Amino acid sequence: MEKERSVLVVFPHPDDEAFGVSGTIATHVKNGTPVTYACLTLGEMGRNMGNPPFTNRENLPKIRKEELKEAARVLGIQDLRMLGYRDKTIEFEDEEKLANKMLEVIEEVNPSLIITFYPGYSVHPDHDATGAAVVRAVEKMPADVRPTLHCVAFSNNCVDEIGEPDILNDISPVTEIKLAAIQAHRSQTEQMFIGMEEKLKEQDPQVMKWINNERFWTYTFNK
Amino acid sequence: MEPIDMKAAQAAINSFANKDVYIHLETTNGAYASHNDQSFFSAGAFIRNALVRYELGKITGNGPFRVGLKINLGWIYAEGITHYEMDEDNHLLLAGHDNAGKLAVALEISSTPFE
Repeated sequence: MEKERSVLVVFPHPDDEAFGVSGTIATHVKNGTPVTYACLTLGEMGRNMGNPPFTNRENLPKIRKEELKEAARVLGIQDLRMLGYRDKTIEFEDEEKLANKMLEVIEEVNPSLIITFYPGYSVHPDHDATGAAVVRAVEKMPADVRPTLHCVAFSNNCVDEIGEPDILNDISPVTEIKLAAIQAHRSQTEQMFIGMEEKLKEQDPQVMKWINNERFWTYTFNK
Repeated sequence: MEPIDMKAAQAAINSFANKDVYIHLETTNGAYASHNDQSFFSAGAFIRNALVRYELGKITGNGPFRVGLKINLGWIYAEGITHYEMDEDNHLLLAGHDNAGKLAVALEISSTPFE
């Protein structure tokens, strides 16, 4: 992984950073690179309440906020920003205003690398809208000072339409940190972990491959 | 939240009748329903902090339950309700959870706006 000046991670939900990106984040932190995580919402619309329920619609964001802080702590992220938008509403925000908000953060953090979702190929409308706002923000910058943009994509059609990811990070030196970051989002991931525990213990090749390989598409700007 | 107790839930609904109340109502299949199953038609609706007044509110059914509110010019209802709670902010929370504990529907009533 190249050494960066600083890294800005932009995602809409607490836990978006955990699955596909937290190993990359942990590696940058280990390299001494400052990492800022701008998280747009508190995942207020999460559905997992437990059976029997351990929380409810109104209390869930409070839990997820603490989980987000814990994940950031585990990953060594010094600069965690909660931007105060509401889950599932990002695509309905004014696009220009949202892009300007992103630009404000980018100009302040001055990252050499931004990590976000690939607009159009990231399944959740908040993911696509967040990625689109970041792209729009970076396009406002003169081409010669733009940071590199690495995007996460996972829609069923993504490889067909945008090809294979060009960045493959083997994060096996920080597997444990990554697993701790995923577990920090307990309200969202506990169920999944119950099913995976055995496989993790046995170092199941399929599961370890999924955990240890993080994939990104470098975004090419048209403007 | 607790499994619905009809009597207690009905009493809580009654306590908000005939005054200005804020409503949160949502139905959802989750944002990944059509990603996980491409044949699935995903639909949902969401409203938060709608200010209404109801003259009559009722919980019915044998579980999962249905809740209907007769408001000044129309109706509000939700079906699939399994749990309820009067939280520390005096919100009446009614929700329907599937077998995996995932929220599928929520109807919430409060005298003050939701956060």
